[in-house]
Amino acid sequence: MYHQNKIRDPRFRIAHREAWIGVGLALFNFIWWYSFAYGLGSKPISEYHYIFGLPAWFFYSCVVGFIVVTLLVIVCVKFTFKDFPLDDGEEERDDLS
Amino acid sequence: MNTWVVVTLFLFLIIILLVGLYMSKFTKKPADFLQEYFLGSRQLGGFILAMSMVATYGSASSFLSGPGTAYNVGLGWVLLASIQVVTGYFTLMVLGKKFAIVARKMKAVTMIDFLKTRYHNKWVAIFAAVSIVIFLFASMAAQWVGGGRLIQSITGLPYISALFIFTLAALIFVVVGGFRALAMTDMIQGTIMFAGTLILLIGTIIAGGGIPHIIHQMRAADPGLITPYGPHHQLSSAYVSSFWILVGVGVIGLPQITIRAMSYKNSKSLHRAIIIGTIVVGVIMLGMHLTGAFARAVIPGVKVGDEVMPLLAMKVLPPWLAGIVLAAPMAAIISTVDALLLLVSSSIIKDIILNYIKPNMQQPTVRRWSHWVTAIIGVIVFIMAIHPPNLLIWLNLFAFGGLESAFIWPILFGLYWRKGNAYGALASMITGVVLYVVIQSFMEWGWISEPLGVNPVVLPVVFSFIVFVSVSIMTDRKIDKEQLLRQNRWLS
Repeated sequence: MYHQNKIRDPRFRIAHREAWIGVGLALFNFIWWYSFAYGLGSKPISEYHYIFGLPAWFFYSCVVGFIVVTLLVIVCVKFTFKDFPLDDGEEERDDLS
Repeated sequence: MNTWVVVTLFLFLIIILLVGLYMSKFTKKPADFLQEYFLGSRQLGGFILAMSMVATYGSASSFLSGPGTAYNVGLGWVLLASIQVVTGYFTLMVLGKKFAIVARKMKAVTMIDFLKTRYHNKWVAIFAAVSIVIFLFASMAAQWVGGGRLIQSITGLPYISALFIFTLAALIFVVVGGFRALAMTDMIQGTIMFAGTLILLIGTIIAGGGIPHIIHQMRAADPGLITPYGPHHQLSSAYVSSFWILVGVGVIGLPQITIRAMSYKNSKSLHRAIIIGTIVVGVIMLGMHLTGAFARAVIPGVKVGDEVMPLLAMKVLPPWLAGIVLAAPMAAIISTVDALLLLVSSSIIKDIILNYIKPNMQQPTVRRWSHWVTAIIGVIVFIMAIHPPNLLIWLNLFAFGGLESAFIWPILFGLYWRKGNAYGALASMITGVVLYVVIQSFMEWGWISEPLGVNPVVLPVVFSFIVFVSVSIMTDRKIDKEQLLRQNRWLS
């Protein structure tokens, strides 16, 4: 079987975490988008509220949703994404295997 | 058409050509020609990477047919288009650094290099290369026709002359300069797309007498236009949500996007590209489609969806500004076409000829072949675009979803699941492509409607997932692991 050995590139652990952050953000994005659009949008039109002239469902789902997700992306990238070299200085590590 | 619009548009085409040619002189220097020509030596900075992703992804439909549909069905279509915000960060985060590191370890130049090394199987590589060449050739030709038609409608020139002008503007620098020249012009084109969107949105809101007035008019025209469901309740929540796969997360499977995820310089470029890309793609997609929906209140009664945006730009903007805005769809088409052209040519040269036909080709020969093959494909597409054959139009229907169904799991599992193997990958690619083509064709012929009321890409993606996982587990014992690990030390 594929055995776990010690030469596993330590950068992968960080890369995997960052990939999961991407999945999490997309899930959050979907839930926000769906619940505002169809939560508020399925009411009868006579009961619609309007914000800056736009129907509330659209304003929250698309406009606010876009702003919130963009802010979250910025926060995630600035505070959780790590800066490391992508090229290999990996000749030494290869010799061990 | 107005002279000013034509002048602005031609200025734009000339600038693109000159910048592209200027950048192309850099391709002569580096030692490894293939890495430079098809990948820009992995030197893209954050801003260029973001703009290149956006410009490649944004095509004629983002500026013409998409907003045209929003004009007809209202805010529900804008809701659907806003899903595309996710592509701005998802692709780069999920493929992310893992893909960049692994591609560098493998010295992969194309997505197929990655698949071939990872799965260590030539049938995976051949099936992938053939799918890319067929599907992308068709979608490139379709965009080419769109580019010709756009120039024709703006200038009033005959179609053939318009097509010829488009070919000159789109083809020359990419043949000479390759990926780097393309990425640089993408940067300009992305900027034009971004600016054009904002200008047109603001112009439309002013011409319509403010947002509350526009929404009021839309409601008066048809109350369905301001609901998420459209005028005839044609947009169910399941249907719209299913586009999260086609134009959202599934974009990971598009080779023209994944190739960019291995072309950036360092972590910092990636970080910057994720932020800029999210903002730019969000503004363009949301802005353009919202403009299209608002146009219903400003220029009612347009019959052909594709004509909404050009008519709107001429109506609400001064002519020279309309010229800049109409350069945006032109930019979108050129950047998409060139990205596809380079990808098809890399598949032919690198993945087919160098891998299986003439492995011992010398650098200078590779260089000559690359330029020639790229140029010849361009000329063939030009000729086919004069009288596009039906087969081409038929194939183009499948390009987007077909490639996504084929590649999404082989790429993702290749990167993140050690047990994913060649049998699983091959079975999943075949399942995805065949199922997608069958469903689409049956829908075209009117035999079935959308399965389960969702976009036809959903079922193939689900099934190819199941097939990938089960076949990989069943065949796990057959795989020569020593051999696989020798090629992919990073897997251990």
